[in-house]
Amino acid sequence: LVSSGGLKMSGGTRLENANPVIFQRSGERLLTASEEDEDVHDPIDDREIFDILSINDPEHPLSLEELNVVEQVRVKVNDAESTVGVEFTPTIPHCSMATLIGLSIKVKLLRSLPDRFKIDVHITPGTHASEEAVNKQLADKERVAAALENSSLLEVVNQCLSTRNI
Amino acid sequence: MAADSALLLSLVEEFVSGLQDSKAKDTAAGVKDGHFTVLQLVEALGLSLTSSQPHTRARGVQLLSEVLHECYGNLTEREVEVLIAFYENRLKDHYIITPPVLQGLRALTKCTVLPPGSAVSMLRSLFQDVHVQSLMLTERSCVYNMLINLMETREAELKGLGADFVFGFVQSMDGERDPRNLLLAFQIAKNIIHRGYDLGKFTEELFEVTSCYFPIDFTPPANDPHGITKEELIEALRAVLSGTPKFAEFLLPLIIEKLDSDVQSAKLDSLQTLTACLSQYEHKDVAEFLEGLWTSLRREVFQTSSERIESAGLAALTTLTSCLSRSVLNSDSEDSLSTFLDLVLKDCKHHLCEPDLKLVWPSAKLLQAACSASNRASHIITAAVMPSLIDQYSSRTQCSHRRTLLEVVVRFIQSVKTSQSSENEESVFSAFRESLCSMVFSALSETNSSLQITATSMLTSLAQQTGLLLDSDIELAVDHLTRLLLTEEDDRVSLAVVECAGALAALHPAAFITKLIPRLKTEMFTEPMDQDNNRVASEQYSHHAVRQRCLSALAAVSTQPSIVRESTPVLLEVLSSAHTGSVGFSVEEVVLACRSLQRIAEQVQDTEETGQCFHEVIIPRLLSLALQAALQGEGNSGRRSPLVEEVVLSAVVPVISTSCSRLQPTLAGQTASRAVSLFLDGDVSFLPDNSFPSHIQLLKKQQGDSWSQSQMVCLLMGCVCSLPRSVEVPQIDQLLSQLEEMSCTCSHPLSYTSAAKCFAGLVNKRSQGDSLDSLIQRTTKRVCSELDSTSSPVRTQAFTLMIWVAKALLLRYHPLSTALTDKLFSLLGDADLGAMAADGFSLLMSDSADVLNRGCHADVRIMYRQRFFSENSAKLVQGFNAAPQEKKPNYLKALSNIVNKLPKQVQITELPALLSLLLEALLCPDQGVQLSTLSCLEPVLINPPPALIQQLEALVSRLLALICSPKLSVRIASLRCIHALSRFPEHEILPFRARVLRALARPLDDKKRLVRSEAVQARGEWFLLGSPGGR
Repeated sequence: LVSSGGLKMSGGTRLENANPVIFQRSGERLLTASEEDEDVHDPIDDREIFDILSINDPEHPLSLEELNVVEQVRVKVNDAESTVGVEFTPTIPHCSMATLIGLSIKVKLLRSLPDRFKIDVHITPGTHASEEAVNKQLADKERVAAALENSSLLEVVNQCLSTRNI
Repeated sequence: MAADSALLLSLVEEFVSGLQDSKAKDTAAGVKDGHFTVLQLVEALGLSLTSSQPHTRARGVQLLSEVLHECYGNLTEREVEVLIAFYENRLKDHYIITPPVLQGLRALTKCTVLPPGSAVSMLRSLFQDVHVQSLMLTERSCVYNMLINLMETREAELKGLGADFVFGFVQSMDGERDPRNLLLAFQIAKNIIHRGYDLGKFTEELFEVTSCYFPIDFTPPANDPHGITKEELIEALRAVLSGTPKFAEFLLPLIIEKLDSDVQSAKLDSLQTLTACLSQYEHKDVAEFLEGLWTSLRREVFQTSSERIESAGLAALTTLTSCLSRSVLNSDSEDSLSTFLDLVLKDCKHHLCEPDLKLVWPSAKLLQAACSASNRASHIITAAVMPSLIDQYSSRTQCSHRRTLLEVVVRFIQSVKTSQSSENEESVFSAFRESLCSMVFSALSETNSSLQITATSMLTSLAQQTGLLLDSDIELAVDHLTRLLLTEEDDRVSLAVVECAGALAALHPAAFITKLIPRLKTEMFTEPMDQDNNRVASEQYSHHAVRQRCLSALAAVSTQPSIVRESTPVLLEVLSSAHTGSVGFSVEEVVLACRSLQRIAEQVQDTEETGQCFHEVIIPRLLSLALQAALQGEGNSGRRSPLVEEVVLSAVVPVISTSCSRLQPTLAGQTASRAVSLFLDGDVSFLPDNSFPSHIQLLKKQQGDSWSQSQMVCLLMGCVCSLPRSVEVPQIDQLLSQLEEMSCTCSHPLSYTSAAKCFAGLVNKRSQGDSLDSLIQRTTKRVCSELDSTSSPVRTQAFTLMIWVAKALLLRYHPLSTALTDKLFSLLGDADLGAMAADGFSLLMSDSADVLNRGCHADVRIMYRQRFFSENSAKLVQGFNAAPQEKKPNYLKALSNIVNKLPKQVQITELPALLSLLLEALLCPDQGVQLSTLSCLEPVLINPPPALIQQLEALVSRLLALICSPKLSVRIASLRCIHALSRFPEHEILPFRARVLRALARPLDDKKRLVRSEAVQARGEWFLLGSPGGR
């Protein structure tokens, strides 16, 4: 499904990708003293958004982070202006699941962020064949809403968003 | 007799025709009491047993069987013989009679006077005339129980049946479906295998009839009264399947097949069963399956999806390798171990040298699992992989690659550690000694912190191997460790360095004594440019950090008496320099020095030498320094010694109490009696630097209410309250009365609290009897009268003494504790002390760090908390109901303080009774009450009791009200509870979904990140609820 595994095409040779390159997970965010101080206001920052996005790949017991689909440097938030931008990188340039990955990211952010935020999810430039089309779909509110009316699509999205239980 | 026989006839009549089941019991009682014999019963049954109606015959047999079930112990051999013949014959009768016949036979199998040959004949008739699987559940269980009984007592006879017995059993259990009966059947099968019954040509049949249940897939029904778990069945079946090498040819292919399964639990069961059977097998049993097993194990580790399966796979590989290692080599057979390891190396070794090191970890883990199996295996594997690992380490340039390689090497060294049996044997790694040493020292010299950390753990591992580190290497290692300790700012590195130094010092103390300790001392006592007043803060900070690391390193290396002798004087010198002011140590540094002393007292071996060191040198020195500081006074003008600070004294107490509780009881007793004479009589003769004035009265009221001397009572507590209970405290009555006086009159909080704790600590260990009782009564009276007079200036003091004494008595189940705890309950309504009383329950229920705990040898009964709770919860509920509105929070707080400390199991069972109170507590404006109630609720919500589900509406609305609390911790705790609610049965909580999601939108924008992250998790789960693909 959302897996970046499966078959990887490169230079005309078929390479199996049953064991994708695994990237190390960034450790837990370290707790600072100011975060425990009642009076300090902690702004929403890039790392916080990145932590929200620890989404599963239901086919692999790996998260999008471990597959390097989402990286912290590609997450940009501006708390004061209430904007969030997330770029994600499908590991295969023709990955047919790119829309679904993007949709999952978008839904996760919609559920996890205050209403005031404007959420922009798109593909890292130059990493996918039909980048523009996918971006357009993800930016279209109506189409996102319609997609989530589709119960089989919603099912896959929800599976990605379920917390891992092993 | 005539009356008896008439009675018997009527009993039989009422049971058989009257269908009154209870008459069986009466008949059995009659037989037991000797009113009639079994023979008379059979005669009385005559007509029923020969009746033409099968139902009547069944009823007759049933009466006889039930009586036998109660009275089988009184039968004679002759009687048993006749009865068996009768029952065997009845097996051929109408099917409706079979159940009571089987019951009767089962009773007879329990007889000790079973005549020779009867077991065999019973079983022959059984196997011949009864088709077990067409019987009902209880009758099948009856058959299995007969077999189990006979196997216990008539083993030789049953073995005489030869393979027929096994065949009969196989037929009996073939098709069994009930888990209760399966447990019995597996037990019989296990007995057959383990007790050496002849399987004959039925080995495969026995395997088939049991292995068809493998892997076990069983989920007990909800509310299962029998309590049979999947694990029990798995264990029982595993004992059968792995019990004999004769099954190997059937079991191994089955396991290989089941390992292919997609079901995780089946994989896990297969791997564990494999491990179990391999420990019984020899190499010839597994020879033909080696390749298949290896392929499966490799796949499970390479493509693992769960850590449990991975570790089970690795454990199986280790057992397989050690099974092969057990084979005895002879010249004509091939060496199956090296054949197998060739296979492993062929598949794994090349992954260790791939340029991107992909798959390096799974390969290394497999190799290490094999390596740890036996000495021979570790020689073969290390010889094959170490050279290439060492080569690569020196040729690779990327830090992360080098670290990975270093870690792989460390794991190899550690994997071998476990298999080395004798100590003086040369290490497997001797051949690579020099390369490994140069590897570890080069890594220690790197600037990359993760390389440094890995290098320290490699150093520790190398030191554990015999003969790998020469003396010169140890010295070099100590130099490196010292350098890192003094210069490395990264906390993780210094933590690793300290740990490594501790491990090395335990094995090679000399180098640490000559090099590390003197160097650390010099560093700590150097003050950096302190004439220069505008020292940058960061420099000051880093000097403090260096001292901090030195202090913890001194503690870590002090495990051997020879090191303790050198390190503790340095720590004491820190304290005395701080006291005199000759070297500037901060209060925090002084506290750390005390912590280091405490840690040494905790970890050092309890020998005469270390005991002397602590009791003769360290404790007198500590007392002397504290006394000097106290006599200098609070020092209103000029500097005052850090040793009068409360934090420092509180850090000295555990040094003393740890020494007194665990080092050399005789010397500890001496320390205690010296301390008592110091505090009671002003005897300073045992203190070093003795230039003290003659009239020291530490426990008496001081002039001008000076506290610097009175607070020293906490040190007395350290000396006398942690002694083993066998050690007497001298002058105890006088001591107790002065402590009581001090705790009731002194106005300095640390002083009166310490006096109360010391009093309580002594009372807890005082032997039972009148003198104790009258002491308690006297104190109780005094305390209560102070508490009852609302104008008393020392009510707080009296309260403090009361609560500590109550705790001391409660812990040992002393009956007089009730008077004090009842007083505490009554104070919940007190205008001034109410809130304190509510908090007091937390003190009663929790372990205190410095006194009245098991470490101090206090008399602590198990489950005193549950006991206190069950005796008092009703009082609390009543008090709450009766209290005026403004006092109610105190009761709720007391309740949550008590419930919070109960084990979760007790909380769950008690919760229904208290639920309304806890729900009430959620409405209480006191944030402390809210917080402790939420923390009680959260674990209970994971397995919600029905009572809670009925109150869902109240629970949800009160929790939602708290997620906007002004207090951070309340917001977090309430969000966690709401998160936990999402796992309630779906149909119960679905109606709340929209409301909860709406309410959770607000904390998503909370100003605190910790709250937001809880809200995100909780809201995510609630979204998934009732949604496709969700839950």
